[in-house]
Amino acid sequence: MSDDARDSGFDDFFDALTEGNPYYLESPSGNAYLPPRSVDPETGETELSREPLPETGEVITQTVTYVAGPRFEDNAPFAVVIAEFGQLRITGQMRDVDPESVEIGDEVELGVEESETSGERVPVFYPA
Amino acid sequence: MTPFGRHEEYTARELFGTAADRAFEDAGISRESVEEVFFGNFMGEFAEEQGHQGPLAAEAAGVSAPATRFDSACASSGAAVRYGVQAVRSGRADVVLVGGAERMTNISTAEGTHALAAAADALWEARAGVTFPGAYSLLANRYFHVHGGSREDLAHVAVKNHDHALDNPLAQFQQAIDVDDVLEAPMVCSPFGLYDCSPMSDGASAALIVSEEFAEKQSLAAPVTVTGTGQHSDSLALHDRETITNTPAASRAAAVAYEDAGVGPDDIDIAEVHDCFTIAEVLALEALGFYEEGTAIDAASDGATTIDGELPTNLSGGLKAKGHPVGATGCAQITELTKLLRGDHVNSKAVADAEVGLAHNAGGTVASCVVTVLEVVA
Repeated sequence: MSDDARDSGFDDFFDALTEGNPYYLESPSGNAYLPPRSVDPETGETELSREPLPETGEVITQTVTYVAGPRFEDNAPFAVVIAEFGQLRITGQMRDVDPESVEIGDEVELGVEESETSGERVPVFYPA
Repeated sequence: MTPFGRHEEYTARELFGTAADRAFEDAGISRESVEEVFFGNFMGEFAEEQGHQGPLAAEAAGVSAPATRFDSACASSGAAVRYGVQAVRSGRADVVLVGGAERMTNISTAEGTHALAAAADALWEARAGVTFPGAYSLLANRYFHVHGGSREDLAHVAVKNHDHALDNPLAQFQQAIDVDDVLEAPMVCSPFGLYDCSPMSDGASAALIVSEEFAEKQSLAAPVTVTGTGQHSDSLALHDRETITNTPAASRAAAVAYEDAGVGPDDIDIAEVHDCFTIAEVLALEALGFYEEGTAIDAASDGATTIDGELPTNLSGGLKAKGHPVGATGCAQITELTKLLRGDHVNSKAVADAEVGLAHNAGGTVASCVVTVLEVVA
């Protein structure tokens, strides 16, 4: 499934995270997005600025996946959450925790992992 | 529509050919009359390595006409119906063939799960391990957190839709289940067990939509008409939406469809809604204006949406029990509603007075939604 081409925006985000300067994109109206994005779909504003990502986020919803696709079949069961870092929300798997113990309201930190099957980088969360 | 179920030996093109045959026979229209084909399919590249399915569908149906494939994930053939309706309304065509087909069970559950995840954001959801049940589970758990609700509430949706499909010969599951069966089934993604999820299915649906003038000229029996159509979109990824306890694309699509038809939620007698997962029926009932946000969770357990309730919902069995060959589902809702309204569906007798029906067809986590209003005219 993997190719060697970079996914600009997506890979830039993980490069910045790895270098310790994670960021997100914010429009003048204050809406926050993950890259790549050139326009705020809510407002049509095109002047998106890079803003520093807060260090910790909060789980706003979670699920434990028991039946996974081929990329993650060997990882199941695993917890997937959406976490809110200030204005920005990100989806990813939880690490270093019993997946069935994850709850809405838990504090998390963002990390990155390389998928064993595809070589792609994926966002993961650790308990804060 | 063809019977939905496991027909893994049949290609999608054969399934659509069968559905189209039934549509021509039912309508009493010749193949030569068709002026355009609108065809829905979502995962043909994954399941059959087949793209470019518009002309293939026309060929399978024995029609020579311009043909286009629509991909709006699980709303693909709902979109095909909508654009077919618009072609007729615009005066461009008097007769169009609409429908869809999907072959899913020829590949493994893991491969199918992977294919369906392509309806989510590939970079930020699917790569992170979000499956489709997973995405709807994220919606369900947030809903429970904000509005309350339990797995048992959702189980009643599955039990109801299985009950409705008991005598439907086209349904994948004609089998009663109870709340305990749902709660004790193997977990797929919390809070969903196996019976909270619609199945992988093979099947096709087709319908002929004609202008009023054509129906009159040909003396066709066309007792049901499309009076409203609406569609809307949303961010593909859940995390990009302002809230995830509702489905705004469905509300917006419904507003457009209601205005188009000149009706409101109170005028709807029966509904087919996109219950790909049990929570999806709850979210649909709220988005369509039948319930306030946060209050449809016990519609099924209260009996409001059962066959003898005030708003019988998913009398076909829904996606849950009728089956969900994703590209065929939207048009199958239309063909089932048409039969329910004109009186030749197995469940028609229970809703003999029904005159206005609504179909809600969603793609992804309702990043696409098509709402169609049908009315009895004869």
